Amino acid sequence: MDNINSLLYFVPELFLSAAIMIIIVIDLLLRRKQKNFTAHMAVGVLLVAVILALQQYDLDPVSIFSGMMVLDSLSVFIKIITALATIIIILFSLPENNLKSEYYILLLITVVGMFLMAGVNDMLMIILSMELVGLVSYVLSGYNKDNIKSNEAALKYVIYAAASTGVMAFGFSYLYGMTAETNLIGIQQAILDHPPAAASLFISFILILGGLGYKIAMAPFHFWLPDVYEGAPTPITAFFSVAPKAAGIAVLIRFMTTVVAHPGDRYNLEFLQNLEIHAPLLIAILSALTMTIGNLSALQQKNIKRMMAYSSIAHAGYILMAFVVFNSQGYEAILFYLVVYLFMNLGAFSVIYRLTPVLGSEDIEAYKGLGYREPFSSVSLAIFLFSLTGLPPLAGFIGKFYLFAAVINAQWYWLAIIGVINSVISLYYYAHVVRVMFLLKAENETSIQLTFYDRILLIFLVVPTLLFGVYWTPILTFTSRSLGYLTGLKL
Amino acid sequence: MGLLSLVVFIPVFGAVLVLLLPKKNITLIRWASAAITFIPLVLASYMWTQYDLGLAGINNEAQFQFVEHVSWIRAYNIEYFIGVDGLSFPMVWLTTLLSFLCIFASWNIDRAQKGYFSLFLLLETGMIGVFVSLDFFLFYIFWEVMLLPMYFLIGIWGGPRREYAAIKFFLYTLFGSVLILLAMLALYFNVSNPETGGHTFNMLHMMNQSQHSEWLRIFDIRLWLYIFLFIGFAIKVPVFPFHTWLPDAHVEAPTAISVILAGILLKMGIYGLIRISYPMFPDIAVYTAYALAVLGVINILYGAFVAMAQKDFKKLVAYSSISHMGFCLLGMSVFNDAGMFGAIFQMFSHGMITAMLFLLVGVIYDRAHHREIEKFGGLGVKMPMYTGVASLAFFAAMGLPGMTGFIAEAMVFLGAFSVYRTLTIVSAFGIVITAAYVLWTVQRVFLGKLNPKYENLPEINGRELFTLAPLAALTVFLGIYPMPVLNLMRTSLNYLITLMR
Repeated sequence: MDNINSLLYFVPELFLSAAIMIIIVIDLLLRRKQKNFTAHMAVGVLLVAVILALQQYDLDPVSIFSGMMVLDSLSVFIKIITALATIIIILFSLPENNLKSEYYILLLITVVGMFLMAGVNDMLMIILSMELVGLVSYVLSGYNKDNIKSNEAALKYVIYAAASTGVMAFGFSYLYGMTAETNLIGIQQAILDHPPAAASLFISFILILGGLGYKIAMAPFHFWLPDVYEGAPTPITAFFSVAPKAAGIAVLIRFMTTVVAHPGDRYNLEFLQNLEIHAPLLIAILSALTMTIGNLSALQQKNIKRMMAYSSIAHAGYILMAFVVFNSQGYEAILFYLVVYLFMNLGAFSVIYRLTPVLGSEDIEAYKGLGYREPFSSVSLAIFLFSLTGLPPLAGFIGKFYLFAAVINAQWYWLAIIGVINSVISLYYYAHVVRVMFLLKAENETSIQLTFYDRILLIFLVVPTLLFGVYWTPILTFTSRSLGYLTGLKL
Repeated sequence: MGLLSLVVFIPVFGAVLVLLLPKKNITLIRWASAAITFIPLVLASYMWTQYDLGLAGINNEAQFQFVEHVSWIRAYNIEYFIGVDGLSFPMVWLTTLLSFLCIFASWNIDRAQKGYFSLFLLLETGMIGVFVSLDFFLFYIFWEVMLLPMYFLIGIWGGPRREYAAIKFFLYTLFGSVLILLAMLALYFNVSNPETGGHTFNMLHMMNQSQHSEWLRIFDIRLWLYIFLFIGFAIKVPVFPFHTWLPDAHVEAPTAISVILAGILLKMGIYGLIRISYPMFPDIAVYTAYALAVLGVINILYGAFVAMAQKDFKKLVAYSSISHMGFCLLGMSVFNDAGMFGAIFQMFSHGMITAMLFLLVGVIYDRAHHREIEKFGGLGVKMPMYTGVASLAFFAAMGLPGMTGFIAEAMVFLGAFSVYRTLTIVSAFGIVITAAYVLWTVQRVFLGKLNPKYENLPEINGRELFTLAPLAALTVFLGIYPMPVLNLMRTSLNYLITLMR
């Protein structure tokens, strides 16, 4: 489809871009005290963007901008997830009055980037959209200018990201050299028509996996993550752990289903046999490595944000597990997990964010006896953490259940065993926080009161975590419908 | 909502109700909890009167009673499917009884009563749910739902080393249950529903060997899946060498929770093996029967020997549980009438006897604030009534004729002797050692010279007696006339035994 007609299918992105510019102008006209207005506008804009994205949900898959991007239900799904996560993050940040309006505007810009990532279909678009998200992320992670850790986070992030993007671009150049195509579908066709040498394809696969792996925190490209997560402002950490990760997973799904494997029939992606790169085995090993490293490192953490950082690495490992099977069941499980993960992870971070100023510390030690000082948020945090562990009847269990189901159905037993053992390990550090909150005595017995606003926000996250553990057919319908692209995209 | 669903879910509704009560009114919280746990007991007793003794259950839905079967998550063939048969019903009834009595044993909980009682009620739902689930997914949910309340109940209201004991219990059982999860998923994808042709979590379909896929007929695969399930269940039993969580958890847990742990939770391991592993993999069960018998004998002897060496009263009872569970394993491993009946009856009988023992330890601990056997002595003079009940419980544990323990153990020996002669003879030494530690303990605690420190120890009070009396009465009554319980099990067990052959 040519560029002019494509604009019709680009409404949410266009709307967001226009809205960002308008907000910047309005913001200039506002007085200092009215800065919260920007945040409210940002939430409104995002809600409209979600509605606009939902309008696209039932469209047939189309490729737009001469094949640079696609619009299908998967991209809509990712748009909704990322926008929803951003809305929640903005709502978190609202009570904090010292945030300048740039903060909200920068968040909106990342949303545009993530919307683009959701629909990439071309190597150039991958780099462009990932860099758009990346650039803004560096700034956001260094938002606390006076905090030395925040500065360190931003700098580390830039350096790692630059290196990884470079590696990925290098891999793309290999792929381009072999196929003379930048379009993912075109590359797939070229590989099918003229199978290139396995070794060179393998090298480019590894290089590209490095770049994409950094985005979703896959071992061994995860080293940046704990420092960035610890240093960045807590809402931004929560944001990083969900939204850009979801977008990165979308890109990875696109890459896997086009260049690495091609869609056969609806339910079974026939693996490209002529590529002797053993992609499933490689990803299986990386996934096992990612979750084991994440969980083992989380065991030793004393700072709760750092612990959550390692836990999010472990969760990336669980998600990668479902990439191994290369079929729609696996992708469905991944999307399902993203929905569940959104609620439980943001929930855990929201409690941490609220309590840090009151407790004056991010150390797990500081949570001693919290269960008796602030029962509501302690119980919520316990629910989120047990959900992250994957204990029924919480949503996290159902998410993990589908991941394991996909892996077991494809008969990757050793991977499933490593996965469940990792779940048991993770129980130890999640339960440790719960232990500190409920089993230990507080040194300071004064009770803490959350504001009404904070409670409402928490309830909004707790309820789905409980509800989806008992009845999850709605998400199941949503995710299975969101794999429309697997029907095959005709260009 | 059917009768059985009410029995399962009334406690959890009660848990919410208790949470809403005012924090300060502890008496109200206690009595409300007692009332809530009383309802399932009444309902279960009513169900007993309605129970049709002629129906077998096991793998035939039409033969189950109080069945409720509706779709839950259609896209994944997950069903809300519950029902009882002769295997599960005695345990359901015992669970409701012990839960009710344990509320009274929890009268002395001195802090955060609201949290305690609501977690306890949540635990009851989990326990009953495990026994009635006939959908594997549902079973797993209930199986795991028990973990969280248990962790907090041990961890918050337990003894000095409660945190360690709680997390150890949690990690051990979670390790076991994730293995069950894997086996469950492997079964799901390899068993088809004869009606729809799709995958199924329905346990009864999983027992139908003709619905197993090609892959699931491979011997090695079956053996591995059986081992996964076995480890999961064995940790709960606990079978040696997976038993190390038990002494810690039992000793640190508050009295009522020890009762529940020993009385109900341990039985779930045995129940899981008989309900799930046996009918789904009958060939492997027979193939590994000898190993199971050996493990059973190890449990009997090891548990008894270690119990004899204990200085702590509660630890002694904990290890005696390991020993007694060995009889279940030995009885299960022979697949004949006497052995199987003995094993299941031992489940029921040990549930009552060990509950009494833990309650008795709780009574003395509340008074003396320690549990060291050596420091007591001559309590028989000061607390004659207590001593009477305690002797009854101890003799029941020893397997004295006229009590349920004797019937169960005698049946196990009867069944096992014809199959594993040497093993049975060896395990009979367990009885001797049990007699030794029981008599020795009775001697050290109740006989001899009274320790002057305990000159003023008050006698067992009415509330405590109330928790013990029903169990003591049942132990004696069923010890003389076990037919009410044996009749409940008969049809189901006979059917299961023919199935296994």
